[in-house]
Amino acid sequence: MSSIDTSSEGGGHKKGPGVKKAKKLSTRVDMTPMVDLGFLLITFFVFTATMTTPTTLDLNMPKDIKNPEEQTEAKETGVLSIMLGKGNQVYYYEGKLTVDATGNNFKQTTFKGIRQIIIDKKKDVTGRHVHDESCKKTQDKAKERGDPEWEKSCLDRDFVVIIKPDQDATYTNTVDILDEMTINQVRTYAMVKILPQEYELIQATERNNGIK
Amino acid sequence: MPSVKINKKSTDTDMTPFVDIAFLILSFFIMATKFKPPEPVPITTPGSVLSQKLPENNAVMITVDSSNRVYFSILSEKDKTKFDAVIQALNSSRSLGLSPAEMANFKQTFMVGVPFGGLKQLLAMDPKDQGNLKQPGIPVMDSANNELVWWIGAAKTAFAGEALNYLIKGDGQSKYPAFEAVVSALKRNDEFKYNLVTALDDVPSNSELDKVNRRLTK
Repeated sequence: MSSIDTSSEGGGHKKGPGVKKAKKLSTRVDMTPMVDLGFLLITFFVFTATMTTPTTLDLNMPKDIKNPEEQTEAKETGVLSIMLGKGNQVYYYEGKLTVDATGNNFKQTTFKGIRQIIIDKKKDVTGRHVHDESCKKTQDKAKERGDPEWEKSCLDRDFVVIIKPDQDATYTNTVDILDEMTINQVRTYAMVKILPQEYELIQATERNNGIK
Repeated sequence: MPSVKINKKSTDTDMTPFVDIAFLILSFFIMATKFKPPEPVPITTPGSVLSQKLPENNAVMITVDSSNRVYFSILSEKDKTKFDAVIQALNSSRSLGLSPAEMANFKQTFMVGVPFGGLKQLLAMDPKDQGNLKQPGIPVMDSANNELVWWIGAAKTAFAGEALNYLIKGDGQSKYPAFEAVVSALKRNDEFKYNLVTALDDVPSNSELDKVNRRLTK
């Protein structure tokens, strides 16, 4: 109770007939204005509060190397190329792009579907891993981090994801796919300019599917 | 006729617990609130699973709004002299012809989103009125005249010898080419490490990242 009980009813002893009862003033304070002000402040702070604290996503870009001899080479069997198009659509192919009579490995999916494709490809690449001397470094690093499964840290060495957003892809798409790399623990990935051939393929697919 | 006396009950309710809670909530919000700096452009950042905190000092923030306009700002609360260094370097290298008063005004300017040609007009304005000016964005799309390169270069010189973070804050709706142009401007200054500003998303359960996080916290 906020107010102190000042009434003497029920308690205390009876006074004599000559003793006058002193008039007791109530100690109750009217709290209404204070409460009003309190709620006013609450509403103010609720409206101004920014609950989402911004976080950051690290992005390291490679230096542009013009000399083809110095460029890093990726094993064709371990490469997954992901392209981002209009309307949150994702296109991908494994290894080298082949769209001709011998076959077509250019496929379409969504941001929901791409996760499983990355997981499957990673499993496929790690399954074909052959251990050699250069693996030791990666394993030692994992040991330093305190990863109990450091022995497995080298398995995805040959797995490379190449990300190619086209000019209709939004920034959200770009961040989402980078996020997908973190979620699926893809160690090697690169953001590259889209090739004209790939862009044409995406546009043709978009026309066929009526994506705007 | 003796009237029956009805015991009048007080209509007063004890509001104390209610008020207690109200003030508890109030104090929580007061402590949790951090006032947003005034932003000339509203930016909705996309979400990401990474929970790394944003650096607030020694950083350059490059903002891309939903119509692909690029803005440049410096975050340096501790050392205000950096602002002077940047604007003076640009004034001499690009011969902008700014007056000392206009250069001093740069400290108060929250974001710059004008080509060098319009910088004098922006800095001549009272900082309070700058929000009303429709800024067209720093020209970046033309690779021969990517003005962001100069801004980054000036900031890099001003912060020489100190760690400098490059924050890229893009609106989710902005298109990739604008982001690519910003990255290429940074690359031309030999900067390859950036921080993308994002909101926090939950890690999908049972994903690889989730498993690694659990392994490492064990």
